[in-house]
Amino acid sequence: MALVNWLKRHFVVIAGLLTLGYLLLPNVVVTVFSFNKPKGRFNYEWQQFSTDAWKDPCGVADMCGSLSISLQIAFWATVGATVLGSMIAFALVRYRFRARGTVNSLIFLPMAMPEVVMAASLLTLFLNLGAQLGFWTILIAHIMFCLSFVVVAVKARVMSMDPRLEEAARDLYASPVQTFLRVTLPIAAPGIAAGALLSFALSFDDFIITNFNAGSTVTFPMFVWGSAQRGTPVQINVIGTTMFLVAVLLVLTSMVISNRRNKQKA
Amino acid sequence: MITVTNKNTETGGDVRLSGISKTYDNGFTAVQPLDLTVPQGSFFALLGASGCGKTTTLRMIAGLEEPTTGTVHLGDQEVTRLPPYKRPVNTVFQSYALFPHLDIFENVAFGLRRRGIKSVKKQVEDMLELVQLGEQARKKPHQLSGGQQQRVAVARALINTPKVLLLDEPLGALDLKLRRQMQLELKRIQTEVGITFVHVTHDQEEAMTMADTVAVMNAGRVEQLGSPTDLYENPNTTFVANFLGTSNLIEAEVDSRSGGEIVLKAGGGKLVLPEARYAGPTTTGGKVLVGVRPEKIALTHADEAGEIPVGRNRITGKIADSSFIGVSTQYVIDSPVCPEFEVYAQNIDRDDRLVPGAEVVLHWNPAHTFGLDADQDIDAGIQEEATV
Repeated sequence: MALVNWLKRHFVVIAGLLTLGYLLLPNVVVTVFSFNKPKGRFNYEWQQFSTDAWKDPCGVADMCGSLSISLQIAFWATVGATVLGSMIAFALVRYRFRARGTVNSLIFLPMAMPEVVMAASLLTLFLNLGAQLGFWTILIAHIMFCLSFVVVAVKARVMSMDPRLEEAARDLYASPVQTFLRVTLPIAAPGIAAGALLSFALSFDDFIITNFNAGSTVTFPMFVWGSAQRGTPVQINVIGTTMFLVAVLLVLTSMVISNRRNKQKA
Repeated sequence: MITVTNKNTETGGDVRLSGISKTYDNGFTAVQPLDLTVPQGSFFALLGASGCGKTTTLRMIAGLEEPTTGTVHLGDQEVTRLPPYKRPVNTVFQSYALFPHLDIFENVAFGLRRRGIKSVKKQVEDMLELVQLGEQARKKPHQLSGGQQQRVAVARALINTPKVLLLDEPLGALDLKLRRQMQLELKRIQTEVGITFVHVTHDQEEAMTMADTVAVMNAGRVEQLGSPTDLYENPNTTFVANFLGTSNLIEAEVDSRSGGEIVLKAGGGKLVLPEARYAGPTTTGGKVLVGVRPEKIALTHADEAGEIPVGRNRITGKIADSSFIGVSTQYVIDSPVCPEFEVYAQNIDRDDRLVPGAEVVLHWNPAHTFGLDADQDIDAGIQEEATV
């Protein structure tokens, strides 16, 4: 009886912890197995602790090359999609034009479309155009599918913005350019940042569309997929763990900064 | 107390609107062609119900709305086509529109910085002192209360020592007590800095408390312009009579004229109206609306009707309703000439017989009577006032 009562009282906490565990377990497994020293080519069974892979992360042929390609594509896709997507979002919120409603729904279509379909049609398009498959075709494809997400994130932010703020800026001697740089952009920044982060994550780990349109170029997800057929090097776990740690570090830093700011204010 | 000197006094800060009007793309005309002069240094109120065009007029002065016709002058300078950031005018917005990403100090410094002024610290601190927010300089707007945010909005506009300060319903979001306090505060600041204030409001009491001159607007037109007492005592139209406070309006007919007085027939009785207080035609048999404010009227029980001095306007009726509200008692009288006659009686000597159902005589000094052209809607302005 006492146990049931205890469970009842702490139900929310227990459920929360279980969900969190569910979310983080894969990351824990990846991290643990990055310290494994597997027998044979597959890193699926725990053998013994070792830091070999951490000492030599680029020890696997072609892996770091593919990682570098993936990071470059993710960077440029983020830049391209964020700039274009933000502009589209502003236009959709601010300007009344005839096809506004249609454009509004068309923008969301790529998010709903199955990735395989999009990948195949893009390939057909590139082949018909006679384009050389590789870095540039991957980049164009990534910017395309990231766009919708940026538009969604920025649009929400711009829509909730009080138009009086820009009027107030103009009333206080700010020229249109100054108004944009000093008021509009800083207020829209969280939306733009969210769109950019999403773009980077989506682009970095995209496999299906990339695989169709990559030609002979190999990105990191393609490398992982390819090596999984023949054996999985521990270094893949090292890269995975590093990415996870970088993300955690970014979140923690932003939290510490905003905490410190709030404390200064109070 | 810190004072902010107005550097614009010598150049003249009159606001002159000539034939200004605004018709939107959808064909709605918010402001009918309108001429208006706001004298330098005055506290001017644009009063009207929502949708009467008062905010549009204000926004045309600010440059946030381009007039369809007409011109806007500030002193000798024509500013009709100038963008808002080139006009020596600042606005306090209804929603305050404080920049959420900047702290209070930077909000107030915004205008100075945009004009390329480098050392803003002293000025901003003085201004925050003036609105009693010196302690809050490093807080973000959302950390302040409504009243404090309102004062930041005023400080942010005033620091630029504009020729004209425009206030768009600045007290609308505050609760009653704070609103009264801020009315006095704004009035104090205006007297201190001597800048022309143009204040838009739908609250007639607010307009009358604060402004030197009030323009009552209705359906895109200025119905009447004048000092608060002038508007209240001598309304020109039924709209003004009903929108500013309460008026009892009686339909009457001209009977005769003698010695500066017009004698009118209303129901069975006669009412006297000073000729000076009626501008319309006075041919015998012509219709006139006779008005009297509820607080000018005295109530006497019918049994003592004989004690009422001669020479006063009198009407008989029956008390339909009475409500005691402390300083005064408000009666609604059912009378043959006017179905809902309102009377506010000071609670000095309360007559216990004055209860609903009692027969009474209403009487007042004829000098307190005003006349209006009968050729207009007797109920104009009543609905609007009720929604406030």
